[in-house]
Amino acid sequence: MKQLEFSLSRWMDGGGPETDIVISSRVRAARNLEGHTFPCLASEEETGDVLEKINSTIAGKKDFSEFLYWPMGQLSEFEKQALVEKHLISLFLARESKNGALLLRRDEAVSVMINEEDHLRIQAILPGLQLEEAWQETEVYDDLLENDLEYAFHENYGYLTACPTNIGTGLRASVMLHLPALIVTRQINRYLGALSQIGLTARGVYGEGTEIIGNLVQVSNQVTLGQSEEEIISNLYSVIGQVIEQEQNARQALLDKKRADLADKAWRALGILEHAQIMSSQEAMQLISDLRLGHDLGLIKLVNHKLLNELLVLIRPGCLQLLAGRELNNSERNIERPVQVKEALDRYKE
Amino acid sequence: MLCQECRRKEANIHIVKNINGNQSELNLCEHCARKKEELDFSFEPQFSLHKLFASMLNQSLSDSREAMQADKMQCPSCNLTFSQFSQIGRLGCSSCVPAFEEKFKPLLRRIHGGSTHAGKVPVKARKRVNILRELDQLKEDLKVKIQNEEFEKAALLRDRIKAAEKEIYEKNDQNEAEKGDQQ
Repeated sequence: MKQLEFSLSRWMDGGGPETDIVISSRVRAARNLEGHTFPCLASEEETGDVLEKINSTIAGKKDFSEFLYWPMGQLSEFEKQALVEKHLISLFLARESKNGALLLRRDEAVSVMINEEDHLRIQAILPGLQLEEAWQETEVYDDLLENDLEYAFHENYGYLTACPTNIGTGLRASVMLHLPALIVTRQINRYLGALSQIGLTARGVYGEGTEIIGNLVQVSNQVTLGQSEEEIISNLYSVIGQVIEQEQNARQALLDKKRADLADKAWRALGILEHAQIMSSQEAMQLISDLRLGHDLGLIKLVNHKLLNELLVLIRPGCLQLLAGRELNNSERNIERPVQVKEALDRYKE
Repeated sequence: MLCQECRRKEANIHIVKNINGNQSELNLCEHCARKKEELDFSFEPQFSLHKLFASMLNQSLSDSREAMQADKMQCPSCNLTFSQFSQIGRLGCSSCVPAFEEKFKPLLRRIHGGSTHAGKVPVKARKRVNILRELDQLKEDLKVKIQNEEFEKAALLRDRIKAAEKEIYEKNDQNEAEKGDQQ
């Protein structure tokens, strides 16, 4: 049986526009097959039929030759967790799906989840601010799959999905933002609160509810019905544009007032990341954020975005276990974490 | 009390969970509780949107007789009832939407602000949907022309509407005939 290996996804490569604030852009489309019960109410047999139908659709097709196939049932808990941490699958697919499977393009920019909450979840995730490009990628595979499959679609309500919040376009577009200056100056709440009034939502990328860890915030659309894909995405662009501007202003103000403090913080972060022997993921997240800000402000030149993105992912519990190749409990992970961080830093120096 | 996880240390953290009315209790030592926390922390948070719908639905169905009637609605294809839908917040199949349409439309408007799809259409449905969208626009235009007493222009629009409707109905008949042939 083939085994999942730790690899860098396309979104981690540090390319794309606005990477000093926008880490990644993701678009996903929810689709269901006409004439088949949606996965949450379907029996094991029915989800098996859907899986088979989709697999036979793509079998031997050149357009899907670059895709790897991972049935959830064949992956260990930590392998699935690692895929969630890399934003390639949802928690639902990892934990609750019946006959759930993942089709993953080799560059890990496109993934197709089968038997998630909907029969198909097609998603593209790219580095930097590239929502339009991510939608184009998504649409390519959406059209390819539709060639041979009949989607559940209603003239008035659009693509039909299990959850009413996805009905219409079935589209969820989101960006992962690094907003240390807006958060430290406590301006963030003003912006986040206003988002819900224009059909968007924001939350911490990791952590529960509104808690923000590592200064990472995810902004996405809430509304899927009544707006076209282009409107949803351009709406996000205009809001993100403003958030970027505010973050830049706040960073400049911080730099003017506290240059030495920021440089000290970034260099200390690097020192701890390089030399600590025990480290929790929460501590690591904060250190990586401090280091990223120092880099983006030109105060420290020893790192780049690719390395910082790699660190962001490899410190997560699932990825750590994947790298170690075995299950690790919490205290074992806290010891393994600095080992892996140090190795990544050393690799970069070479 | 001993910790339910490791059964060695004293349980000094008590977690009470209430999920859809099912209450469960967990008594843990500090060490195991932290381990649990790290586990929870390692995944993205889960949204419990279905709870939100349930409360939205209950709000919109304030008249209890109306609510009871709504509960009896059932999808002819997957047999999901409206009352089951309002509990789980998930539809069972593509026939659920037309089956629950009456109650579903206001819900969609509450969630999304709108209730008409304005985005992409699958290639296979594109021609028909384009005609339908054009038809809606023509009807709107017709109203305006009649209000402005531009009857000649209105007559032209009426002819176009008739032509578009004919195209759609003929297509429907064709589809029905094809289905009949298959059976």
